[in-house]
Amino acid sequence: MIEPENEKKLKLIAATVRKDVVRMTGLARAGSVASSLSVVDILTFLYWSEMHVFPEDPGNPLRDRFILSKGHGCPALYSILAHRGFFSRDELWNYCKLGAMLQGNPESGHTPGIDASSGSCGTGLGIAAGMSLSLMNAEGNPRVYCLSGDGELQEGVVWESVLFAAHYGLGNLVLVIDENGFQMDGEVEDIMSLRPLDAKFSSFGWNVFRADGHDYSSLAEAFSKASGKDSSPSVLICRTVFGKGVSFIEKAGKSGNEVILSRGKVDSALMEISEATERQGGM
Amino acid sequence: MVKNEKKSTMQALAPALIDLAELHDDIVLLEADSGVATGGSEFRSSFPEKYYNVGMAEQNLILTAAGFALTGRRVFVASFSSFLVGRAYDHIRSSVAIPSLPLKIIGTNGGVTEGESGAVYQMLEDISLMRALPNIAVVVPSDYCSAYRLIRSAGEYDKPIYIRLGSFPVPQVYTTTDDDFAPGGGRLLVEGTGVTICACGIMVHEALKAADILSQQELSVEVIDCYGIKPLPSRVILASVRRTGCCVVAEEHTCRGGLGEAVASLVSRSYPVPVKFVSVEDRFGQSGTPEELQEYYGLTGSEVVSAAVQAWTMRRR
Repeated sequence: MIEPENEKKLKLIAATVRKDVVRMTGLARAGSVASSLSVVDILTFLYWSEMHVFPEDPGNPLRDRFILSKGHGCPALYSILAHRGFFSRDELWNYCKLGAMLQGNPESGHTPGIDASSGSCGTGLGIAAGMSLSLMNAEGNPRVYCLSGDGELQEGVVWESVLFAAHYGLGNLVLVIDENGFQMDGEVEDIMSLRPLDAKFSSFGWNVFRADGHDYSSLAEAFSKASGKDSSPSVLICRTVFGKGVSFIEKAGKSGNEVILSRGKVDSALMEISEATERQGGM
Repeated sequence: MVKNEKKSTMQALAPALIDLAELHDDIVLLEADSGVATGGSEFRSSFPEKYYNVGMAEQNLILTAAGFALTGRRVFVASFSSFLVGRAYDHIRSSVAIPSLPLKIIGTNGGVTEGESGAVYQMLEDISLMRALPNIAVVVPSDYCSAYRLIRSAGEYDKPIYIRLGSFPVPQVYTTTDDDFAPGGGRLLVEGTGVTICACGIMVHEALKAADILSQQELSVEVIDCYGIKPLPSRVILASVRRTGCCVVAEEHTCRGGLGEAVASLVSRSYPVPVKFVSVEDRFGQSGTPEELQEYYGLTGSEVVSAAVQAWTMRRR
Protein backbone atom coordinates (compact mmCIF):
# COMPACT_ATOMS: atom_id res chain seq x y z
CA MET A 1 0.00 0.00 0.00
CA ILE A 2 0.98 3.59 -0.40
CA GLU A 3 0.31 6.50 1.92
CA PRO A 4 -2.42 8.84 0.56
CA GLU A 5 -0.13 11.86 0.92
CA ASN A 6 2.62 10.12 -1.02
CA GLU A 7 0.18 9.05 -3.70
CA LYS A 8 -1.04 12.63 -4.05
CA LYS A 9 2.54 13.82 -4.39
CA LEU A 10 3.32 11.23 -7.07
CA LYS A 11 0.21 12.18 -9.03
CA LEU A 12 1.21 15.82 -8.99
CA ILE A 13 4.70 14.96 -10.23
CA ALA A 14 3.28 12.73 -12.94
CA ALA A 15 0.95 15.51 -14.12
CA THR A 16 3.91 17.88 -14.40
CA VAL A 17 5.91 15.27 -16.28
CA ARG A 18 3.01 14.65 -18.67
CA LYS A 19 2.86 18.36 -19.38
CA ASP A 20 6.60 18.40 -20.02
CA VAL A 21 6.26 15.49 -22.44
CA VAL A 22 3.57 17.36 -24.34
CA ARG A 23 5.64 20.56 -24.44
CA MET A 24 8.88 18.77 -25.40
CA THR A 25 7.40 16.71 -28.20
CA GLY A 26 5.39 19.71 -29.38
CA LEU A 27 8.48 21.92 -29.54
CA ALA A 28 10.54 19.22 -31.23
CA ARG A 29 7.66 18.25 -33.53
CA ALA A 30 8.60 14.72 -32.53
CA GLY A 31 6.55 11.54 -32.32
CA SER A 32 6.37 8.82 -29.66
CA VAL A 33 4.06 10.95 -27.51
CA ALA A 34 1.69 8.10 -26.70
CA SER A 35 4.53 5.76 -25.84
CA SER A 36 6.07 8.36 -23.54
CA LEU A 37 2.80 9.10 -21.77
CA SER A 38 2.16 5.42 -21.04
CA VAL A 39 5.31 5.12 -18.88
CA VAL A 40 5.01 8.34 -16.85
CA ASP A 41 3.47 6.78 -13.74
CA ILE A 42 5.88 3.84 -13.73
CA LEU A 43 8.86 6.19 -13.99
CA THR A 44 7.45 8.53 -11.34
CA PHE A 45 7.06 5.63 -8.95
CA LEU A 46 10.55 4.30 -9.71
CA TYR A 47 12.34 7.62 -9.23
CA TRP A 48 10.43 8.85 -6.18
CA SER A 49 9.48 5.68 -4.34
CA GLU A 50 11.60 2.76 -5.45
CA MET A 51 15.14 3.44 -6.65
CA HIS A 52 18.12 4.81 -4.78
CA VAL A 53 19.59 7.54 -6.94
CA PHE A 54 22.06 10.37 -6.34
CA PRO A 55 21.16 13.33 -8.58
CA GLU A 56 24.10 15.37 -7.24
CA ASP A 57 26.46 12.47 -7.94
CA PRO A 58 24.90 10.59 -10.88
CA GLY A 59 27.76 8.08 -11.15
CA ASN A 60 27.71 7.08 -7.48
CA PRO A 61 28.52 3.35 -7.47
CA LEU A 62 25.93 2.71 -4.76
CA ARG A 63 23.06 3.85 -7.00
CA ASP A 64 20.42 1.58 -8.41
CA ARG A 65 20.69 1.44 -12.19
CA PHE A 66 17.94 2.18 -14.68
CA ILE A 67 17.83 1.31 -18.37
CA LEU A 68 15.04 2.54 -20.60
CA SER A 69 14.99 -0.24 -23.17
CA LYS A 70 12.15 1.48 -24.99
CA GLY A 71 14.42 4.42 -25.75
CA HIS A 72 11.72 6.22 -27.72
CA GLY A 73 9.93 6.88 -24.43
CA CYS A 74 12.80 9.14 -23.36
CA PRO A 75 10.86 12.42 -23.20
CA ALA A 76 9.20 11.09 -20.05
CA LEU A 77 12.53 9.93 -18.59
CA TYR A 78 14.23 13.24 -19.37
CA SER A 79 11.50 15.18 -17.60
CA ILE A 80 11.72 12.82 -14.62
CA LEU A 81 15.50 13.25 -14.43
CA ALA A 82 15.19 17.04 -14.64
CA HIS A 83 12.60 17.15 -11.86
CA ARG A 84 14.70 14.78 -9.76
CA GLY A 85 17.60 17.23 -10.08
CA PHE A 86 19.97 15.49 -12.50
CA PHE A 87 20.07 18.50 -14.82
CA SER A 88 18.32 21.78 -15.50
CA ARG A 89 14.73 21.65 -16.69
CA ASP A 90 15.71 24.17 -19.38
CA GLU A 91 17.43 21.31 -21.22
CA LEU A 92 14.01 19.79 -21.92
CA TRP A 93 13.10 22.48 -24.40
CA ASN A 94 16.09 21.59 -26.58
CA TYR A 95 15.11 17.93 -26.82
CA CYS A 96 16.06 16.54 -30.27
CA LYS A 97 17.58 19.84 -31.37
CA LEU A 98 20.95 19.78 -33.15
CA GLY A 99 23.73 19.64 -30.58
CA ALA A 100 21.34 19.15 -27.66
CA MET A 101 22.21 17.12 -24.59
CA LEU A 102 18.86 15.34 -24.82
CA GLN A 103 19.03 13.09 -27.87
CA GLY A 104 16.09 11.33 -29.52
CA ASN A 105 17.14 8.15 -27.75
CA PRO A 106 19.06 8.00 -24.46
CA GLU A 107 22.85 8.11 -24.63
CA SER A 108 25.06 7.29 -21.68
CA GLY A 109 27.99 9.62 -21.20
CA HIS A 110 25.89 12.33 -22.82
CA THR A 111 23.19 12.94 -20.25
CA PRO A 112 23.51 12.78 -16.43
CA GLY A 113 21.36 9.99 -15.05
CA ILE A 114 21.34 7.87 -18.21
CA ASP A 115 22.99 4.62 -17.18
CA ALA A 116 23.05 3.02 -20.65
CA SER A 117 22.45 3.96 -24.24
CA SER A 118 19.35 2.43 -25.76
CA GLY A 119 17.00 2.78 -28.66
CA SER A 120 17.69 -0.31 -30.69
CA CYS A 121 14.68 -2.32 -29.58
CA GLY A 122 15.21 -5.26 -27.27
CA THR A 123 18.71 -4.33 -26.18
CA GLY A 124 18.05 -2.89 -22.73
CA LEU A 125 17.49 -6.17 -20.93
CA GLY A 126 20.82 -7.69 -21.99
CA ILE A 127 22.69 -4.61 -20.80
CA ALA A 128 20.72 -4.62 -17.55
CA ALA A 129 21.48 -8.31 -17.08
CA GLY A 130 25.22 -7.72 -17.58
CA MET A 131 25.10 -4.89 -15.04
CA SER A 132 23.17 -7.07 -12.59
CA LEU A 133 25.71 -9.86 -12.78
CA SER A 134 28.62 -7.46 -12.46
CA LEU A 135 26.99 -5.78 -9.42
CA MET A 136 25.83 -9.03 -7.79
CA ASN A 137 28.00 -8.70 -4.70
CA ALA A 138 28.81 -5.01 -4.99
CA GLU A 139 28.77 -2.68 -2.00
CA GLY A 140 25.28 -1.48 -1.19
CA ASN A 141 23.67 -4.25 -3.25
CA PRO A 142 22.53 -1.99 -6.07
CA ARG A 143 19.53 -3.17 -8.02
CA VAL A 144 19.03 -2.88 -11.75
CA TYR A 145 15.71 -1.86 -13.29
CA CYS A 146 14.93 -2.12 -16.97
CA LEU A 147 11.78 -0.68 -18.53
CA SER A 148 10.79 -2.35 -21.77
CA GLY A 149 7.92 -1.94 -24.18
CA ASP A 150 5.76 -4.94 -24.99
CA GLY A 151 6.31 -4.87 -28.77
CA GLU A 152 10.08 -5.00 -28.42
CA LEU A 153 9.77 -8.37 -26.69
CA GLN A 154 9.42 -9.73 -30.23
CA GLU A 155 13.16 -9.17 -30.69
CA GLY A 156 14.97 -12.49 -30.43
CA VAL A 157 17.83 -11.15 -28.32
CA VAL A 158 15.38 -10.41 -25.50
CA TRP A 159 14.91 -14.12 -24.97
CA GLU A 160 18.65 -14.74 -24.96
CA SER A 161 18.79 -12.21 -22.14
CA VAL A 162 15.80 -13.75 -20.37
CA LEU A 163 17.59 -17.13 -20.38
CA PHE A 164 20.81 -15.52 -19.17
CA ALA A 165 19.18 -13.67 -16.26
CA ALA A 166 17.53 -16.84 -14.95
CA HIS A 167 20.64 -18.98 -15.45
CA TYR A 168 22.83 -16.60 -13.47
CA GLY A 169 20.19 -16.12 -10.75
CA LEU A 170 19.93 -12.35 -11.10
CA GLY A 171 17.71 -11.64 -8.11
CA ASN A 172 18.85 -8.00 -8.25
CA LEU A 173 17.24 -7.48 -11.67
CA VAL A 174 13.71 -6.20 -12.26
CA LEU A 175 12.27 -5.99 -15.74
CA VAL A 176 9.24 -3.72 -15.98
CA ILE A 177 7.10 -4.17 -19.07
CA ASP A 178 4.99 -1.28 -20.28
CA GLU A 179 2.16 -3.35 -21.71
CA ASN A 180 0.36 -0.65 -23.68
CA GLY A 181 -0.59 -3.10 -26.41
CA PHE A 182 0.71 -1.10 -29.37
CA GLN A 183 3.73 -1.14 -31.63
CA MET A 184 4.61 0.84 -34.74
CA ASP A 185 2.32 -0.89 -37.21
CA GLY A 186 -0.62 -1.60 -34.94
CA GLU A 187 -1.67 -3.80 -32.03
CA VAL A 188 0.87 -6.22 -30.59
CA GLU A 189 -1.77 -8.90 -30.43
CA ASP A 190 -2.44 -8.66 -34.19
CA ILE A 191 1.15 -8.28 -35.36
CA MET A 192 2.91 -10.94 -33.28
CA SER A 193 1.12 -12.11 -30.19
CA LEU A 194 3.15 -12.45 -27.00
CA ARG A 195 0.52 -14.51 -25.22
CA PRO A 196 0.78 -16.07 -22.75
CA LEU A 197 3.41 -13.58 -21.62
CA ASP A 198 3.23 -14.40 -17.90
CA ALA A 199 3.64 -18.11 -18.60
CA LYS A 200 6.55 -17.48 -20.94
CA PHE A 201 8.50 -15.66 -18.24
CA SER A 202 7.57 -18.09 -15.45
CA SER A 203 8.58 -21.05 -17.60
CA PHE A 204 11.97 -19.34 -18.10
CA GLY A 205 12.40 -19.24 -14.31
CA TRP A 206 11.41 -15.65 -13.58
CA ASN A 207 9.18 -14.32 -10.79
CA VAL A 208 6.19 -12.78 -12.53
CA PHE A 209 4.04 -9.99 -11.09
CA ARG A 210 1.31 -7.86 -12.60
CA ALA A 211 0.34 -4.30 -11.87
CA ASP A 212 -1.81 -1.47 -13.14
CA GLY A 213 0.84 0.85 -14.56
CA HIS A 214 -1.17 3.94 -13.63
CA ASP A 215 -2.15 2.95 -10.07
CA TYR A 216 0.49 3.73 -7.44
CA SER A 217 -0.93 1.30 -4.88
CA SER A 218 -0.79 -1.47 -7.43
CA LEU A 219 2.76 -0.52 -8.43
CA ALA A 220 3.85 -0.31 -4.78
CA GLU A 221 2.52 -3.77 -4.06
CA ALA A 222 4.11 -5.33 -7.14
CA PHE A 223 7.52 -3.69 -6.60
CA SER A 224 7.54 -4.77 -2.95
CA LYS A 225 7.02 -8.37 -4.07
CA ALA A 226 9.83 -8.07 -6.60
CA SER A 227 12.26 -6.97 -3.92
CA GLY A 228 14.94 -9.49 -4.78
CA LYS A 229 14.57 -11.82 -1.84
CA ASP A 230 15.41 -14.86 -3.91
CA SER A 231 17.85 -15.61 -6.67
CA SER A 232 15.43 -15.31 -9.57
CA PRO A 233 14.97 -12.21 -11.67
CA SER A 234 11.57 -10.55 -11.52
CA VAL A 235 9.33 -9.16 -14.20
CA LEU A 236 6.50 -6.71 -13.54
CA ILE A 237 4.02 -6.67 -16.36
CA CYS A 238 2.26 -3.32 -16.12
CA ARG A 239 -0.95 -2.82 -18.04
CA THR A 240 -0.91 0.74 -19.34
CA VAL A 241 -2.87 3.04 -21.62
CA PHE A 242 -1.15 4.27 -24.78
CA GLY A 243 -1.22 8.06 -24.54
CA LYS A 244 -2.44 8.02 -20.94
CA GLY A 245 -3.75 11.36 -19.71
CA VAL A 246 -4.49 13.06 -23.04
CA SER A 247 -7.81 11.88 -24.41
CA PHE A 248 -7.26 12.69 -28.10
CA ILE A 249 -3.98 10.75 -28.04
CA GLU A 250 -5.58 7.86 -26.19
CA LYS A 251 -8.35 7.82 -28.79
CA ALA A 252 -5.82 7.81 -31.65
CA GLY A 253 -5.06 4.22 -30.66
CA LYS A 254 -2.37 2.74 -32.83
CA SER A 255 -1.70 6.16 -34.38
CA GLY A 256 -0.91 7.66 -30.98
CA ASN A 257 2.82 7.73 -31.59
CA GLU A 258 2.38 9.44 -34.93
CA VAL A 259 0.54 12.39 -33.44
CA ILE A 260 2.54 15.55 -33.99
CA LEU A 261 1.38 18.17 -31.56
CA SER A 262 0.53 21.53 -33.11
CA ARG A 263 0.40 24.55 -30.80
CA GLY A 264 -3.37 24.15 -30.53
CA LYS A 265 -3.04 20.50 -29.59
CA VAL A 266 -0.30 21.27 -27.08
CA ASP A 267 -2.66 23.81 -25.47
CA SER A 268 -5.62 21.47 -25.28
CA ALA A 269 -3.46 18.62 -23.95
CA LEU A 270 -1.97 20.87 -21.24
CA MET A 271 -5.48 22.09 -20.34
CA GLU A 272 -6.79 18.57 -20.02
CA ILE A 273 -3.91 17.44 -17.78
CA SER A 274 -4.33 20.53 -15.56
CA GLU A 275 -8.09 20.06 -15.28
CA ALA A 276 -7.68 16.39 -14.38
CA THR A 277 -5.20 17.32 -11.66
CA GLU A 278 -7.56 19.99 -10.29
CA ARG A 279 -10.42 17.49 -10.20
CA GLN A 280 -8.22 15.27 -8.07
CA GLY A 281 -7.73 18.24 -5.74
CA GLY A 282 -4.10 18.60 -6.64
CA MET A 283 -3.50 22.09 -7.94
CA MET B 1 60.80 -16.77 -28.84
CA VAL B 2 62.57 -18.10 -31.92
CA LYS B 3 61.64 -16.80 -35.36
CA ASN B 4 60.71 -20.10 -36.92
CA GLU B 5 58.54 -21.28 -34.03
CA LYS B 6 55.04 -21.36 -35.43
CA LYS B 7 52.13 -20.15 -33.32
CA SER B 8 48.77 -18.66 -34.19
CA THR B 9 47.76 -15.19 -33.01
CA MET B 10 44.84 -16.82 -31.18
CA GLN B 11 47.31 -18.67 -28.96
CA ALA B 12 48.25 -15.32 -27.42
CA LEU B 13 44.74 -14.66 -26.09
CA ALA B 14 44.80 -16.73 -22.91
CA PRO B 15 48.38 -15.86 -21.84
CA ALA B 16 47.77 -12.14 -22.41
CA LEU B 17 44.49 -12.18 -20.50
CA ILE B 18 45.96 -14.21 -17.65
CA ASP B 19 48.82 -11.73 -17.33
CA LEU B 20 46.37 -8.82 -17.47
CA ALA B 21 44.15 -10.41 -14.82
CA GLU B 22 47.15 -10.73 -12.52
CA LEU B 23 47.65 -6.98 -12.85
CA HIS B 24 44.03 -5.86 -12.83
CA ASP B 25 41.38 -7.33 -10.59
CA ASP B 26 38.58 -5.86 -12.70
CA ILE B 27 39.21 -7.94 -15.85
CA VAL B 28 36.42 -10.21 -17.05
CA LEU B 29 36.13 -12.40 -20.14
CA LEU B 30 32.72 -13.18 -21.56
CA GLU B 31 32.28 -15.78 -24.27
CA ALA B 32 29.48 -17.40 -26.24
CA ASP B 33 30.30 -21.09 -25.84
CA SER B 34 33.52 -20.77 -27.78
CA GLY B 35 36.14 -21.11 -25.05
CA VAL B 36 37.56 -24.36 -26.38
CA ALA B 37 38.18 -22.75 -29.77
CA THR B 38 39.37 -19.31 -28.65
CA GLY B 39 41.56 -20.37 -25.74
CA GLY B 40 39.17 -18.73 -23.29
CA SER B 41 38.88 -22.03 -21.42
CA GLU B 42 42.52 -21.71 -20.43
CA PHE B 43 41.77 -18.32 -18.93
CA ARG B 44 38.73 -19.79 -17.17
CA SER B 45 40.94 -22.46 -15.57
CA SER B 46 43.16 -19.74 -14.10
CA PHE B 47 40.43 -17.24 -13.21
CA PRO B 48 37.06 -19.03 -13.02
CA GLU B 49 35.52 -16.09 -11.14
CA LYS B 50 36.39 -13.72 -13.99
CA TYR B 51 34.92 -15.82 -16.77
CA TYR B 52 31.30 -16.04 -17.95
CA ASN B 53 29.84 -18.18 -20.69
CA VAL B 54 26.58 -16.71 -22.00
CA GLY B 55 25.76 -19.73 -24.12
CA MET B 56 25.37 -19.67 -27.88
CA ALA B 57 24.11 -16.11 -27.96
CA GLU B 58 26.47 -13.60 -29.54
CA GLN B 59 23.94 -10.79 -29.44
CA ASN B 60 23.42 -11.15 -25.71
CA LEU B 61 27.18 -11.56 -25.33
CA ILE B 62 27.74 -8.01 -26.56
CA LEU B 63 24.85 -6.59 -24.53
CA THR B 64 25.83 -8.22 -21.25
CA ALA B 65 29.44 -7.23 -21.87
CA ALA B 66 28.26 -3.64 -22.38
CA GLY B 67 26.44 -3.92 -19.05
CA PHE B 68 29.62 -5.13 -17.33
CA ALA B 69 31.61 -2.31 -18.94
CA LEU B 70 29.07 0.24 -17.70
CA THR B 71 29.83 -0.84 -14.14
CA GLY B 72 33.47 0.11 -14.69
CA ARG B 73 34.98 -3.34 -15.35
CA ARG B 74 37.62 -4.07 -18.02
CA VAL B 75 35.65 -6.35 -20.27
CA PHE B 76 36.86 -8.66 -23.04
CA VAL B 77 34.57 -10.68 -25.28
CA ALA B 78 35.84 -13.34 -27.63
CA SER B 79 34.14 -15.48 -30.22
CA PHE B 80 34.32 -16.55 -33.84
CA SER B 81 34.66 -13.31 -35.80
CA SER B 82 31.99 -14.36 -38.28
CA PHE B 83 29.30 -14.65 -35.62
CA LEU B 84 30.55 -12.05 -33.19
CA VAL B 85 30.77 -9.28 -35.76
CA GLY B 86 28.14 -10.57 -38.15
CA ARG B 87 25.35 -11.55 -35.80
CA ALA B 88 25.87 -8.92 -33.14
CA TYR B 89 26.67 -5.98 -35.42
CA ASP B 90 23.73 -3.81 -34.38
CA HIS B 91 24.57 -4.34 -30.71
CA ILE B 92 28.21 -3.45 -31.31
CA ARG B 93 27.05 -0.33 -33.13
CA SER B 94 24.22 0.78 -30.82
CA SER B 95 25.38 -0.37 -27.41
CA VAL B 96 29.18 -0.15 -27.72
CA ALA B 97 30.31 2.17 -30.52
CA ILE B 98 27.77 4.98 -30.13
CA PRO B 99 28.37 5.34 -26.36
CA SER B 100 32.09 4.54 -26.97
CA LEU B 101 32.23 1.92 -24.22
CA PRO B 102 35.77 0.62 -23.75
CA LEU B 103 34.84 -2.95 -24.64
CA LYS B 104 37.55 -5.19 -26.01
CA ILE B 105 36.12 -7.31 -28.81
CA ILE B 106 38.25 -10.25 -29.92
CA GLY B 107 37.18 -11.83 -33.21
CA THR B 108 38.84 -15.21 -33.61
CA ASN B 109 39.29 -17.64 -36.51
CA GLY B 110 39.41 -14.77 -39.00
CA GLY B 111 40.10 -15.28 -42.68
CA VAL B 112 40.21 -18.21 -45.10
CA THR B 113 42.99 -19.92 -43.11
CA GLU B 114 40.27 -20.85 -40.62
CA GLY B 115 40.23 -23.80 -42.96
CA GLU B 116 37.92 -26.74 -43.24
CA SER B 117 34.71 -25.23 -41.87
CA GLY B 118 34.09 -23.30 -45.07
CA ALA B 119 32.59 -19.95 -46.01
CA VAL B 120 30.31 -19.48 -42.99
CA TYR B 121 33.23 -19.58 -40.57
CA GLN B 122 35.82 -17.90 -42.79
CA MET B 123 35.18 -14.27 -41.92
CA LEU B 124 36.49 -12.00 -44.65
CA GLU B 125 34.34 -8.94 -44.02
CA ASP B 126 34.96 -8.15 -40.34
CA ILE B 127 37.54 -5.44 -40.91
CA SER B 128 35.34 -3.47 -43.28
CA LEU B 129 32.32 -3.83 -40.99
CA MET B 130 34.24 -2.68 -37.94
CA ARG B 131 36.16 0.03 -39.77
CA ALA B 132 32.89 1.62 -40.75
CA LEU B 133 31.93 2.27 -37.12
CA PRO B 134 33.07 5.53 -35.55
CA ASN B 135 34.88 5.31 -32.17
CA ILE B 136 36.18 1.73 -32.58
CA ALA B 137 39.86 0.99 -33.09
CA VAL B 138 40.68 -1.99 -35.32
CA VAL B 139 43.90 -4.01 -35.15
CA VAL B 140 45.12 -7.17 -36.88
CA PRO B 141 48.33 -8.58 -35.39
CA SER B 142 50.71 -10.66 -37.48
CA ASP B 143 52.24 -13.00 -34.91
CA TYR B 144 52.10 -14.28 -31.36
CA CYS B 145 54.22 -11.55 -29.75
CA SER B 146 52.42 -8.62 -31.35
CA ALA B 147 49.04 -10.25 -30.64
CA TYR B 148 50.05 -10.66 -27.00
CA ARG B 149 51.11 -7.01 -26.74
CA LEU B 150 48.03 -5.68 -28.52
CA ILE B 151 45.73 -7.64 -26.20
CA ARG B 152 47.68 -6.27 -23.24
CA SER B 153 47.38 -2.74 -24.69
CA ALA B 154 43.65 -3.21 -25.17
CA GLY B 155 43.37 -3.76 -21.42
CA GLU B 156 44.54 -0.18 -20.92
CA TYR B 157 42.67 1.34 -23.87
CA ASP B 158 39.79 3.66 -22.99
CA LYS B 159 37.74 3.20 -26.17
CA PRO B 160 36.19 0.22 -27.91
CA ILE B 161 38.65 -1.94 -29.81
CA TYR B 162 38.32 -4.84 -32.22
CA ILE B 163 41.21 -7.30 -32.45
CA ARG B 164 41.14 -9.86 -35.22
CA LEU B 165 43.00 -13.08 -34.46
CA GLY B 166 43.62 -16.12 -36.61
CA SER B 167 43.93 -19.83 -35.96
CA PHE B 168 46.67 -20.50 -38.53
CA PRO B 169 50.15 -21.03 -37.01
CA VAL B 170 52.69 -18.61 -38.45
CA PRO B 171 56.39 -17.95 -37.75
CA GLN B 172 57.39 -15.04 -35.54
CA VAL B 173 57.97 -11.55 -36.88
CA TYR B 174 58.92 -10.32 -33.42
CA THR B 175 60.85 -12.35 -30.91
CA THR B 176 59.90 -10.60 -27.70
CA THR B 177 56.65 -9.76 -25.98
CA ASP B 178 58.30 -6.72 -24.38
CA ASP B 179 57.87 -4.33 -27.33
CA ASP B 180 55.14 -1.72 -27.35
CA PHE B 181 52.25 -2.26 -29.70
CA ALA B 182 49.26 0.03 -29.52
CA PRO B 183 46.16 0.75 -31.61
CA GLY B 184 47.02 2.94 -34.56
CA GLY B 185 50.56 1.63 -34.83
CA GLY B 186 52.63 0.16 -37.64
CA ARG B 187 56.19 -1.14 -37.87
CA LEU B 188 58.64 -0.67 -40.70
CA LEU B 189 60.11 -4.17 -40.89
CA VAL B 190 62.19 -3.89 -44.05
CA GLU B 191 63.63 -0.67 -45.46
CA GLY B 192 63.84 -0.11 -49.20
CA THR B 193 63.36 2.41 -51.96
CA GLY B 194 61.35 0.74 -54.73
CA VAL B 195 57.92 -0.30 -53.43
CA THR B 196 55.98 0.14 -50.17
CA ILE B 197 54.26 -3.05 -49.04
CA CYS B 198 51.64 -2.60 -46.31
CA ALA B 199 50.40 -5.85 -44.85
CA CYS B 200 48.53 -7.14 -41.82
CA GLY B 201 47.95 -10.54 -40.20
CA ILE B 202 49.32 -13.57 -42.03
CA MET B 203 50.11 -11.45 -45.08
CA VAL B 204 52.99 -9.79 -43.23
CA HIS B 205 54.81 -13.13 -43.54
CA GLU B 206 54.00 -13.30 -47.24
CA ALA B 207 55.23 -9.73 -47.68
CA LEU B 208 58.52 -10.64 -45.99
CA LYS B 209 58.90 -13.64 -48.33
CA ALA B 210 58.20 -11.33 -51.26
CA ALA B 211 60.80 -8.84 -50.02
CA ASP B 212 63.43 -11.60 -50.02
CA ILE B 213 62.54 -12.66 -53.56
CA LEU B 214 62.44 -9.08 -54.83
CA SER B 215 65.78 -8.23 -53.26
CA GLN B 216 67.29 -11.09 -55.31
CA GLN B 217 65.76 -9.36 -58.35
CA GLU B 218 67.37 -6.12 -57.20
CA LEU B 219 64.09 -4.47 -56.34
CA SER B 220 64.36 -3.10 -52.85
CA VAL B 221 61.01 -2.86 -51.07
CA GLU B 222 59.76 -1.57 -47.75
CA VAL B 223 57.54 -3.82 -45.66
CA ILE B 224 55.26 -2.25 -43.10
CA ASP B 225 53.44 -4.40 -40.55
CA CYS B 226 50.27 -2.36 -40.64
CA TYR B 227 48.62 -3.93 -37.61
CA GLY B 228 46.76 -0.70 -36.91
CA ILE B 229 43.92 -0.61 -39.42
CA LYS B 230 41.95 2.12 -37.71
CA PRO B 231 43.47 4.45 -36.93
CA LEU B 232 46.05 3.80 -39.64
CA PRO B 233 49.76 4.45 -39.02
CA SER B 234 49.44 7.28 -41.54
CA ARG B 235 52.82 8.90 -40.97
CA VAL B 236 54.72 5.63 -41.46
CA ILE B 237 52.78 4.84 -44.63
CA LEU B 238 53.03 8.33 -46.15
CA ALA B 239 56.73 8.64 -45.35
CA SER B 240 57.28 5.34 -47.11
CA VAL B 241 55.24 6.08 -50.25
CA ARG B 242 57.04 9.42 -50.55
CA ARG B 243 60.26 7.41 -50.77
CA THR B 244 58.99 4.68 -53.09
CA GLY B 245 56.22 6.29 -55.16
CA CYS B 246 54.02 3.16 -55.18
CA CYS B 247 52.30 0.76 -52.83
CA VAL B 248 51.02 -2.79 -52.46
CA VAL B 249 48.54 -3.69 -49.75
CA ALA B 250 48.20 -7.32 -48.69
CA GLU B 251 45.49 -8.65 -46.37
CA GLU B 252 43.53 -11.81 -45.67
CA HIS B 253 40.22 -10.06 -46.18
CA THR B 254 37.80 -9.13 -48.91
CA CYS B 255 39.06 -6.42 -51.24
CA ARG B 256 36.06 -4.36 -50.14
CA GLY B 257 36.63 -1.97 -47.29
CA GLY B 258 39.63 -3.47 -45.53
CA LEU B 259 43.24 -2.34 -45.12
CA GLY B 260 43.62 -2.01 -48.89
CA GLU B 261 40.90 0.58 -49.28
CA ALA B 262 41.99 2.31 -46.09
CA VAL B 263 45.53 2.77 -47.42
CA ALA B 264 44.27 3.71 -50.91
CA SER B 265 42.03 6.34 -49.35
CA LEU B 266 44.90 7.74 -47.30
CA VAL B 267 47.37 8.03 -50.18
CA SER B 268 44.79 9.32 -52.66
CA ARG B 269 44.06 12.22 -50.33
CA SER B 270 47.59 12.96 -49.16
CA TYR B 271 50.12 11.75 -51.74
CA PRO B 272 48.55 9.93 -54.70
CA VAL B 273 50.56 6.93 -55.91
CA PRO B 274 49.56 3.71 -57.71
CA VAL B 275 48.25 1.10 -55.25
CA LYS B 276 47.93 -2.64 -55.99
CA PHE B 277 45.95 -5.04 -53.85
CA VAL B 278 46.59 -8.60 -52.73
CA SER B 279 43.39 -9.69 -51.04
CA VAL B 280 40.37 -11.92 -51.59
CA GLU B 281 38.34 -10.82 -54.59
CA ASP B 282 34.67 -10.06 -53.97
CA ARG B 283 33.69 -13.61 -52.97
CA PHE B 284 33.36 -16.00 -50.06
CA GLY B 285 35.69 -18.75 -48.88
CA GLN B 286 35.20 -22.51 -49.06
CA SER B 287 36.44 -25.65 -47.34
CA GLY B 288 40.04 -26.73 -47.73
CA THR B 289 43.29 -26.77 -45.80
CA PRO B 290 44.63 -23.36 -44.79
CA GLU B 291 47.58 -23.79 -47.17
CA GLU B 292 45.36 -24.78 -50.11
CA LEU B 293 43.04 -21.87 -49.45
CA GLN B 294 45.87 -19.39 -49.18
CA GLU B 295 47.13 -20.56 -52.57
CA TYR B 296 43.66 -20.69 -54.15
CA TYR B 297 42.72 -17.18 -53.03
CA GLY B 298 46.06 -15.74 -54.05
CA LEU B 299 47.24 -14.81 -50.57
CA THR B 300 50.86 -15.72 -51.18
CA GLY B 301 54.28 -14.18 -51.38
CA SER B 302 54.42 -14.78 -55.13
CA GLU B 303 51.22 -12.73 -55.57
CA VAL B 304 52.82 -9.95 -53.54
CA VAL B 305 55.91 -10.15 -55.76
CA SER B 306 53.86 -9.82 -58.90
CA ALA B 307 51.80 -6.92 -57.48
CA ALA B 308 54.99 -5.18 -56.35
CA VAL B 309 56.56 -5.43 -59.80
CA GLN B 310 53.40 -4.04 -61.40
CA ALA B 311 53.21 -1.21 -58.88
CA TRP B 312 56.88 -0.37 -59.45
CA THR B 313 56.42 -0.05 -63.21
CA MET B 314 53.64 2.49 -62.62
CA ARG B 315 55.31 4.29 -59.73
CA ARG B 316 55.12 8.03 -59.27
CA ARG B 317 58.41 9.52 -60.36
